[in-house]
This record gives sequence, C-alpha cells and structure tokens, in this order.
Amino acid sequence: MPAVSMTVNGKAVTGDVEARTLLVQFLRENLRLTGTHVGCDTSQCGACVVHIDGIAAKSCTTLALQCEGAKITTIEGLAAPGGALHPMQEAFRENHGLQCGYCTPGMIMAALDIVRRKGNDLDEHTIREQLDGNICRCTGYHNIVKAIAAGAKAMGKGGPARQAAE
Amino acid sequence: MSATGIGAAVRRKEDFRFITGKGQYTDDLTRPGETRAIFVRSPHARAKIKSIDVSAAKTMPGVVAVLTGADLANDKIGGLICGWMIHSKDGSPMKMAPHPALAADTVNHVGDAVAVVIAETLAQARDAAEKVKVDYQVLPSVTDAAKAKSGPQIHEVAPKNTIYEWALGDAKAVDAAFAAAKHVTKLDIINNRLVPNAIEPRVALAEYDSGADHLTLWNTSQNPHVARLVIAAFVGMAPEHKLRVIAPDVGGGFGSKIFIYPEEVVCLWASRKVNRPVKWTAERSESFLTDAHGRDHVTHAELALDEHGKILALRAKTIANLGAYMSTFSSSVPTYLYATLLSGQYDIPQIYCEVDAVYTNTAPVDAYRGAGRPEATFVVERLVEVAARQMSIEPTELRKRNFVKSFPHQTPVIMTYDAGDYNASLKKAMELADVKGFNKRKREAARNGKLRGLGYSTYIEACGIAPSQAVGSLGAGVGLWESAEVRVNPTGSVEVLTGSHSHGQGHETTFAQLVSERLGIPIDNISIVHGDTDKVQFGMGTYGSRSGAVGMSAIVKALDKVVAKGKKVAAHMLEAAEGDIEFKDGKFTVAGTDKSAAFGDVALNAYIAHKFSGQELEPGLKETSFYDPTNFTFPAGCHICEVEVDTETGKTAIVNWTAVDDFGTVINPMIVEGQVHGGIAQGVGQALLEGAVYDKDGQLVTGSFMDYTMPRAHDLPSFSVGLTETKCPSNPLGIKGCGEAGAIAAPAAVINAITDAIGTEQLTMPATANVVWQALQRAQPARQAAAE
Repeated sequence: MPAVSMTVNGKAVTGDVEARTLLVQFLRENLRLTGTHVGCDTSQCGACVVHIDGIAAKSCTTLALQCEGAKITTIEGLAAPGGALHPMQEAFRENHGLQCGYCTPGMIMAALDIVRRKGNDLDEHTIREQLDGNICRCTGYHNIVKAIAAGAKAMGKGGPARQAAE
Repeated sequence: MSATGIGAAVRRKEDFRFITGKGQYTDDLTRPGETRAIFVRSPHARAKIKSIDVSAAKTMPGVVAVLTGADLANDKIGGLICGWMIHSKDGSPMKMAPHPALAADTVNHVGDAVAVVIAETLAQARDAAEKVKVDYQVLPSVTDAAKAKSGPQIHEVAPKNTIYEWALGDAKAVDAAFAAAKHVTKLDIINNRLVPNAIEPRVALAEYDSGADHLTLWNTSQNPHVARLVIAAFVGMAPEHKLRVIAPDVGGGFGSKIFIYPEEVVCLWASRKVNRPVKWTAERSESFLTDAHGRDHVTHAELALDEHGKILALRAKTIANLGAYMSTFSSSVPTYLYATLLSGQYDIPQIYCEVDAVYTNTAPVDAYRGAGRPEATFVVERLVEVAARQMSIEPTELRKRNFVKSFPHQTPVIMTYDAGDYNASLKKAMELADVKGFNKRKREAARNGKLRGLGYSTYIEACGIAPSQAVGSLGAGVGLWESAEVRVNPTGSVEVLTGSHSHGQGHETTFAQLVSERLGIPIDNISIVHGDTDKVQFGMGTYGSRSGAVGMSAIVKALDKVVAKGKKVAAHMLEAAEGDIEFKDGKFTVAGTDKSAAFGDVALNAYIAHKFSGQELEPGLKETSFYDPTNFTFPAGCHICEVEVDTETGKTAIVNWTAVDDFGTVINPMIVEGQVHGGIAQGVGQALLEGAVYDKDGQLVTGSFMDYTMPRAHDLPSFSVGLTETKCPSNPLGIKGCGEAGAIAAPAAVINAITDAIGTEQLTMPATANVVWQALQRAQPARQAAAE
C-alpha cells in the first residue's frame, strides 16, 4: 500500500493507505478524527468539509493520496490549543446554529471559507447562496445564517480569531 | 424566571462537543476486532430469488462470512413486525405479511436485502459483495398507491394488496349533512412521498460477548428500549436481559429512526455467528432505498357548508401506500394519527373518513415528522381555503366562523381538545405578517411582473400520544408513558436518567433547566443520561413531540418524590416535624424559622445516614417515576406564507413566513424557535421541492441528493416566529410540544399561497417551477378574463 504524509491540524502524520482511500476515511479511520462526517455519496451535503491548504474541500471526494504534503485543517483543529473556541464555533453555539450537530463541522468549515472569500461583513443573501454545498435537515438554516454572519463579524474584530487554515 | 430555569433561552449544554468535533455518533465508535458489513440488495422491484451463489465472494480477500436469507431462516431468526393492530371495517385484522431481515424467496422492493458480506475492511466487503451472484426471476410489480389494488399480488396474505380497509366516523350522518348542504367543496389531493433524510445515515454496530452470551447493539435509534424489546421478543435474537442497545449521539431522526430495521437484526445475528463485532453504515443511496419513507396518500375529500360558511360535515377517502412491508408503526399513521385530526381547529359536527392501506413494491412507509397530521392538516386547510374562495368569503373569516371556541371540545373523530385560543394565534399572526399591507405589496409585485399570494394554515396536531389505556384500545402494542429516574449524588449534583432520547432536540439543556428550576441547583450540576438500556430503565423514546409533555412530566414526578424524601431527611437534620419543612430555592427550611439546610447538605445526609436510623428512613436519595398522561396534547397555531411567483419561469419565492404557535408552556424559547424553523423547512420542502419518485419498473429515480431536492439555505427565507400560550391542562408543566408543528402547518400554507397567487386550485406537490409554470398556462385564460 502506498504511504501518504500530510500535516493535519498542525501535526505531521503518515499512513499506509489503499490508493482508493478517501481523505475522509483517512481522517476518520486512520487518525480517528471523527469530527468530519459523511452524509451522502454524491458530494452534496457538505458534512465532510475540511480545509486543504486553506481552502474548503469535500473530503469525501478527495483521495488521501492527493493530499500528499498538504496542510489539512479539520473541525478538531479550530479551537485554540488551550481550548478557547474559534469565534465561528462560538457563534454557532450562541445563535443556536445547530441541533443534531451532524452537519455542524462541515457548516463551520464552509462558513470559514465564505469569510475567506467574501469578507467579514456578510449579508443574508450572500450567506444563503454560498451555503449551496451544505445541507442541514434540522435548523431550516435560519440560525445557521445568523451564526455565520455573527461569526464573520467577530472574526473581523480580531479577538481570539484565528483564520482556520493559516 | 431564573437565568437557567423554565422559560430562559439557555445556550445548549450539548453544543460544545458538537462544535469541536467531539460528538460520538454511532459510526464514530469502533470496537476491537471490528468487521464491516455490506448488504447485497435487490436491483428489482419484485422478483423470485432462484438461487444465490456466494462461493466466489467467500474466496475474496478479507472476507469473514457471506450470509443469506436461507442462513437466517435456518437459524430461526424471526422477522420484523408492525406493532399497531388495525382492524378493517368488516372486523378483520390487518394483513401483516412476513418481513424477514434478509429475503430468502422473493424480493419486494428495490433495495430489499438478500445477503450480507462480512469482511475485515469496508473496501473488501464491498469488493466481495459484487461477487455474490443472485439469479432473479423478475416479476411484475406495482408502486403507485392508486393502482395497488389492481396490481400483481405482492404477499400471499393480502389479496388486492390490501392491508386494511378502515373507517372512522358516522357515514350516514355525514351523508345526511352533505345532502342538506348549500355548498360542497371537493378536492383530489396527492400527499407526496418523502424521504426523511436525517443527515446522519443509519448505522448498526453489533458485538457478541461469547463469555457472557450477551449482545450489544449501538445504533442510530430514537427509542433504544423499544428496539431491544422488538429484537428480543419478536425477532427472538436474544432474551431482553442478554441484549443491550445503546443509541449514542444521533444525527437527526424525524421519525425514520424510530423503527427497527433489518440491518440491525442482521448485524446482531452476524456478530454472534462470526464471533466478532460487525458494523454497517448506510450509504446515502441505501438510506434512500431502505429508510422508511413518509406520507404517500391519495385522497378525495369533500367539505359541506351552509349558506353562511358554517361547516356541516367533512368526508375523506384515502389510499395510503405502506410500501413493501409493514414498518414498525406504519399502520397507525394513516389511521389514528390522521383521521382523528380531520376536525382541524374547527367545530365540525360530522366527519367520516375511509382509509385503505395498500402494499406496493416500494420502500416501507412509516411516521415522518408529523406522521398523519401533516396529511390531515393539508386536507382540512386546503378544503377550508378553497371553500372560502368559492363562496367569496375571506379565508380568515370563514376560519373564524368555524373555530372551536369552548373547551373541552369533543370532535366526532375521537379527540377531546383540552385548551386553545385559535383566534388569538390567527390575530397575532396576521399582525406579524402585516396582512393589511399585502394588497399594496401585491400591486408592487405585479408591476415587476410577479404574482403575489398569501396562504394560511391554521393547524392543530395531537402530540404526546396517550394515555396508554386509550392507545391500547385503539390497537397499540405498547404503552405510551415515559419513565424518569433522578439520582441525587452525595455531593448534591444530579443525574437524570430519562426514557426520552435526544437526537437534536436539546434535552441535555431543557431537561436540566427543569431540574435547576425545581431543585434550585446550578444547571452545571445536572447531567441528563439517555439512550442506553443498561443505564436507563425502560422508556419509550422520542417521537410525536412527546419528550416535553410526557418525558418531562415523568421527571417532574420523580423530582417531587426527591423533594418529599429530602423533607424527611431535613426534618431529622433540623430536628423538626416533617410537615413543617418547606422546600424553596434549593433550601429546606423549618416553616416560620430561619433554620434551614441546603439541598447539597440534605443529599449528603441522605447518604451518610447519621441523623436517622434505617428503621425510620431508608438511606439514599434516588427516585423513579413512570408517568402516563391523561390525554393527548393539542398544539395549534397559524402559519402565514407569502409567495411571489415568477410568471415566466414558474419559480416560487417565499418572501415572508410568519408562524404563531401555541405550545403551552415553553421551557427554552431559543430551542422551541429552532424546532419551528426546522419543521417549516421540511414542510416547505414537501410543498416546493421534495418528492420520492418510482418509475414504472419500481426503480427509485430520486435516489440521491442529486435527484431528490433537499431544501438548501437559498430555498428558504428567514422566519418570523411568535407564540401565544394556553396551558395544557393534561400535564403538570402545561406543555404541548413543538417538534412537528412546522412540518404540519407548512405545506398547506405554501400551496394556499401559490394557488392564491396564480388563481387555480389545480396544483400538486412538490410545486416545482415546472409544476407551477404548467398550472399558470392552464390558468392563464381565466386570469386574463378576470383581469378584463
């Protein structure tokens, strides 16, 4: 089996994987980072979104071997080492932007990518359009939209904010 | 109101683990020596299995076992059952066909499992599954509810594919009322088939402990105790005490995770056979093919009114598609959860409803968010709206003329409404929605070439299904009470073990709010434990918006016992008579004195037992309760949907949504609003986007998120949500329940709005751009005539 090396949440990792191993399988099964979820087979739901070299990607549609040498950030890598939450995580909690929690890691990782691309001052229309690749069945999106707007704003104010994939 | 008590918008205790990726869903768990299962599924809607050749699969790398329906039958593993008996009009019992967990002779829907491959890795199991050779003789099939009775007979026990022909109400009285009516409104309605699609797919992880001859199942369940009961008592997998079912974090259910599924049975059986843990995780395509679907009714409904718009009677004839097999509670959905709600919020003197439930070669159909009540609400609210339009009465005025205004109110279809104020929620919703300004907005939209419409849905639902005696008399195989155990630790912290199950509802927060309020202790000193049959006494789980009304009532009852026992302990500590001890704000006080003991001190004294003898009082502070309600609860409200239809494309945009609901007491308004939002989204999904479609050969053509339109963020507006409150008199907290309201109310509100906009009532769900555009073309001459 080929070997693969990458940096995940700041830590160098290596593993032997079958060529067909998906990044999400490598994260979940080899590294036991189970915060990244799988909700569909067709790259639609976005529960599996992680950052590859700072850009959001669906880890269910990425081979682990494609990520040789890449820097990966998962939901587990967002909070500060001391445990302080990332402002986007905090915004999801504060705005009740999650119910069952299953889509949440992907939502938060996608939200950070919206901020990266669209800035800290996000209107409702922009957020709703940009969330096209993430499906939530619980919240009706109302509070997710609020959370992303608030999280983006909080990130702009600096504070404890850390751009996820930096 | 305290900062963490009843009524406070407390931020959720469970969120930290979910937003940091530390949730523990079933697929996140792994057991030493775990194997992976892949099911071999039928590609045909109906076929005879002539032979299965597993020899090539068995020699594939990593394969541990390949098991078939014949092996399952040889091991005398029982089939799955439906736990609610419905009798037909002629008195005959429903025709429940055998449902083996792996089909051995015939397959009856695409996705019906015929074999399972167990291998070291998922990839190996998948590779080997492709080598299983099944020789099928394809048989004719039927998928359409309306055609089921004339289709090929699927099960030997059910001629004409008819499961039951059931009726409720007084047909003769209804016929008489219709004969005397001045106006009759008639509608043909298709309530479209939906796929629940919780974002977490179903998972089963089974482990056999040969030393103890004991099985453990981790699964994605809304009700682990019921799963254990069915798998033990009916499937016969193991005695109840030799089977533990654990449902850890569950990623949404919406009904679909109530039921007991073949894969759970097969993983348990296989884990014992191979003596290793076996895990199966559904792919989304398997979820589409095998999760119990929802709705799928074909209905003809009629409403009789007098010349003033007073409703005299309602009658409906429904064909309900239950799919290829009877799922766990499927029989109850189109009967006692449907016809009993056909009175809506209205005083309707006579109602008669016939329901024929049929088998088809499709995935089983069972409860999906609302379960029967969305179907009933759609019938009633469409009839009322159309009747008002036909009689040129304002739709809100016709509703007001017919609202139930005094309580308790006995409907002709079993229910006794206990409390409500339907005018209040309608009035408040009309204010919030700025109905007065609608005509102006409509004119502005017209200038932009858009058609605006306003649609109402004044819905009612029945939640917290109970009492057990009553549901037993209607055919339920189980009781519908709930249990709770409150364990006070010696240090005064509290664990509540509840039979309810949280899969997104936030029980760890709301249940703790109740305990904090009642015991006067910080919310951080309270843990809620659920979802494990080894930890929690038998409980009934979460569905039908029952956790507040029934689950929390059980906790109240146990808390009352804790306080009563605490008073006994405090009396010994404070050297006072038990009758003189008062409990308030976390303190036991001798009435009229300043002598008191804090809750934590009383807890410690209950355990060290130094102040009383064992003859006087048992040590410890732990109480248990089983709570059986006295009635259903009746949440109700008014949803107003405002749409704008693009006449060029037929695309509907929801521009305003107003919901005013009466849920009785609200524990946490933030969580309640979230439930309303989510419910509306699913209801809008049904109305505009979602529909499971089988082709004529029984293939599910909407089998993925690429073909089945799930509501995305840009399909929905933000919602304006308000509350009115009448307390529910049937439980100690006055709670009615909020989990299903949005999904129940929304479809009728959307379709009433679009039909208002486009001027024709001929509109089927989902009202996609294509459907609306076609309706617009049909309606165009009439619209033009009206404009001229």
